[in-house]
Amino acid sequence: MNHIVSPVTAKIQKDAVTLLDEHIVEIVSDSGEGAQTAGQIFGQASAMMGNGVWTVEIIPAEIEPPSRSVPGASGNRIRVGARALHNAGDKADVVIGFNEQVLYSRIDQGAFKKGTHIFLENKWENDPREDVRNTYNEALTDLRERGYKVTGVPMEACCLEYVRDARRGKNIWVLGLLCRLYNRDKDLMRKMITRRFQAKGEKVLNSNLQLFESGFSWARSNLTQTWRIPPRRDDRPHVVMNGNQALAMGCMAAGMEICSMYPITPATSVSHYLAANFKKVGGFVHQAEDEIAAIGFAIGASYAGKTAVTITSGPGLALKTEFIGLAVMAEVPLVIVDVQRGGPSTGLPTKVEQSDLLAVLHGSPGDAPKIVLAPSTIEECFHFMITARRLAEEFRGPVFVLSDANLATGVQPFPRPRLSEDQLSPPIDQSDWDPDVAPYNWDSESGLSRRPIPGQRGGAYVLTGLGHDRHSKVVYESGTNQKTIAMRSKKLAALQRTLKPPTIFGDDTGDLLVVGWGSTRGAVEEAVTRLRKQGRKISSVNLQFLSPLQPGLTEMFRRFKKVMTIEINYSDKKDDPAFAGARRPAQLAMLLRARTLIDIDFWSRVPGSPLQPGILVDVLKHRMDEMRGATC
Amino acid sequence: MLGLKTDWVLEPEPRDYALADYEGCQAKWCPGCGDHSVLNAVQRLCRDERLPPEQTVFVSGIGCSSRFPHYMKTYGFHGLHGRALPVASGIRARRPDLNIFVATGDGDCCSIGTAHWIHALRYNMKMVVMMFDNNIYGLTKKQTSPTTRRGRRTNTHPDGAFLSPMNPITVSLGVPNASFIAQTVDWNPPHLYATLREAFHHPGFAFVRVMQRCPHFTGDNFELFQTDPSKILLMTHPDGVPVDDALIRTFTTRVEHDPADRMNAFNHAMREDVLPIGLFYRDEEAEHYDSYTREGLDTTPAEKVEAMDKLLDLYCV
Ligand SMILES: Cc1ncc(C[n+]2csc(CCOP(=O)(O)OP(=O)(O)O)c2C)c(N)n1
Ligand SMILES: [Mg+2]
Repeated sequence: MNHIVSPVTAKIQKDAVTLLDEHIVEIVSDSGEGAQTAGQIFGQASAMMGNGVWTVEIIPAEIEPPSRSVPGASGNRIRVGARALHNAGDKADVVIGFNEQVLYSRIDQGAFKKGTHIFLENKWENDPREDVRNTYNEALTDLRERGYKVTGVPMEACCLEYVRDARRGKNIWVLGLLCRLYNRDKDLMRKMITRRFQAKGEKVLNSNLQLFESGFSWARSNLTQTWRIPPRRDDRPHVVMNGNQALAMGCMAAGMEICSMYPITPATSVSHYLAANFKKVGGFVHQAEDEIAAIGFAIGASYAGKTAVTITSGPGLALKTEFIGLAVMAEVPLVIVDVQRGGPSTGLPTKVEQSDLLAVLHGSPGDAPKIVLAPSTIEECFHFMITARRLAEEFRGPVFVLSDANLATGVQPFPRPRLSEDQLSPPIDQSDWDPDVAPYNWDSESGLSRRPIPGQRGGAYVLTGLGHDRHSKVVYESGTNQKTIAMRSKKLAALQRTLKPPTIFGDDTGDLLVVGWGSTRGAVEEAVTRLRKQGRKISSVNLQFLSPLQPGLTEMFRRFKKVMTIEINYSDKKDDPAFAGARRPAQLAMLLRARTLIDIDFWSRVPGSPLQPGILVDVLKHRMDEMRGATC
Repeated sequence: MLGLKTDWVLEPEPRDYALADYEGCQAKWCPGCGDHSVLNAVQRLCRDERLPPEQTVFVSGIGCSSRFPHYMKTYGFHGLHGRALPVASGIRARRPDLNIFVATGDGDCCSIGTAHWIHALRYNMKMVVMMFDNNIYGLTKKQTSPTTRRGRRTNTHPDGAFLSPMNPITVSLGVPNASFIAQTVDWNPPHLYATLREAFHHPGFAFVRVMQRCPHFTGDNFELFQTDPSKILLMTHPDGVPVDDALIRTFTTRVEHDPADRMNAFNHAMREDVLPIGLFYRDEEAEHYDSYTREGLDTTPAEKVEAMDKLLDLYCV
């Protein structure tokens, strides 16, 4: 389908509109050229028009990387579908490139396929610098040889009619082009542009609207074939936000009063949204001097009866470990959000990984049982904060919410949450405390106890991180230590008894069960769906509770011939002889093998990008074929 | 026990308390340890100020001195080595109603907790911080601390500490927005009490370095100052630590020091021939971080839900 006519002077033709099930669009530029703004508006407009949408940011690690450089790629991937979408998909269908160099960063990430349409700024062919002209022309040949359909687009030339600096306008021009290409609601997009630029004054707003029209009419004159992605049917009101915004809204909906943090990518933006809005609900963001102080402050607030959250990522989590142990030992309610990034050490600050699971579970010295939740969608990022806050109070200890860089920047519509006062933390209890009730009046079955809050008469006790008895008196005696550690462990068992087994996606028996956690859910379920359509007996399950694990896993796993995990963390490759006999498993696999005694297989990678369902289809197919070979 | 919120119950009269109302477990410090006399002074202060035990919190780190909360019959938080101040700040953040005291050692405060100490001085949230300075790591048995004098033999530096000690007073004086910096000695109960009382009435972060005897490990440390009181420089001023004439007369070396004068405070603090005690610096106008952290405390649940509904509307499609 060669629908692109190159000469700008081509006659306006009768529209040929093709209906699509879904498309993936990428807008890629140097950072600072506004590709992200364009991507966000396009994604939001599509969501408003009723499409399923998943948007992810393409983020360079530096604030201002050199222009026209491969690592400088900045922008957005927007997947738009006729049904709900839960991941960023496979290869891009359409790419808008502001220069050819940034495209190579995406090619490295395996983001394009043969036949991907690339709309490329063509001003570089006339650049005064010879080397720029040369690299552009070489790249053009190379891109075409790779099988991409490249169209030169005079973005800058068109923009210069309205603005002096085209770097500050191309993004909105491109939005016009996309509006036409995908038959988006033009009035709606104009409205969104207006909302975005209103505050900058009439002049700026008008020139942006002109740029939008210009991009639109260029596309109308030059692109004869356009696409339409029909809306899905869901009449409930929806909101659109990214995972970090959802976490921030969740904090507020849970009634948090203090968010105590130290800036760290990719977690920081949660506190940005909170800092901008927390005041409206009477909350406060404390930017501490370091992560240790951040969690200490939150623990102090919580000890004093106020609900607090601390938000971090890998390196910050490492610093918080000692205080996490204290929160377990002294039973201080606290929600800890870890928006995971690539590790170890400073690792890949802006990239996705699921490598903190074992550190969260076992990172504290001593036995430190804690509750760990992992949201798998943007919607769950919101709701899990409320659950986490409740669990922290009820089970009197730290509760982790393990998100990741993929959820953090992924944008997705979901049904508008209903807010209510009973989701908020209750006002602090200052009634008299019965002095006969010890501050750790552990229930012998569940290990649960209620805690006195400073201000409660009769409840005074000294919280300590030392071994202590039910009166919080320091005791080193061995019997007491055995018993009190068991009390804290009983809480997890008690919680587990209240949980339901997780829901299987697909049939509850079959050849292969794929187990995942967190943000890989969308890609896993999509891969499983495709394989089931091919007749494969495959199902999947996503674990939302990682500690305690939901009940019934062993029985569930036994109903499949084989069980394997899919994760974004490191494990040794199956066939590499270097690891023969010493293959290190992926993290969830390690946990599940220990807990179920089932020989659980695994496939995990650390590409620094979300897993593509297409790749998973190949991997899973391969594993299933191996199984067949083995049983024959 | 109905979980009733009784914030609004007014006490018609402040209650009267006896010392016993503040006495927790039997203190297990060594005989002759200076910590005992600070404990006595603090219990007296609580009684005299009629502090309701349930409204009073003692926060500490780890060390001999950090056992302090266990010996009080109030709320207490005996946390992590070096981390008392972040915890105390978090408690203060949303609880303007509580009386907060911090007990910390020279290792706890000036070594592992240094970052928090500097920043807590700058946050200037209302609390009394007692830094027990015995010039040694007591609990872990005689290792060099940041305030150990050069040449003193310790278990980590058996040939003598290499470097000259850090001066917690000049460090504190150098922190912008620090608002109350005083020094006293455990073996002079009236001066100790008067200093702590002044600290308690300060509206912000009151840092008191208490020179504390550790007979077990550094018995000779403050001997000179005890045997020859002329080696102590008493700083006096109408705005300083109030001391009566009888007490003043026991000090032969005195200087009039205006605690508003920060530069002169440095001069006194840096003297090595004498040990200055009294108030180095006070600024009641300094900004209080807690005035920000407690904003919005009175937001009602209905207001919260209404505000969040409006926020969610912004994300609606
Ligand atoms: C993270 C950590 N590191 C080390 C220790 C061991 N430790 C406990 S107290 C202490 C030093 C105490 O000295 P100081 O703060 O001066 O208090 P003192 O005992 O002299 O009152 C040390 C190193 C610890 N508890 N935690
Ligand atoms: Mg000490």
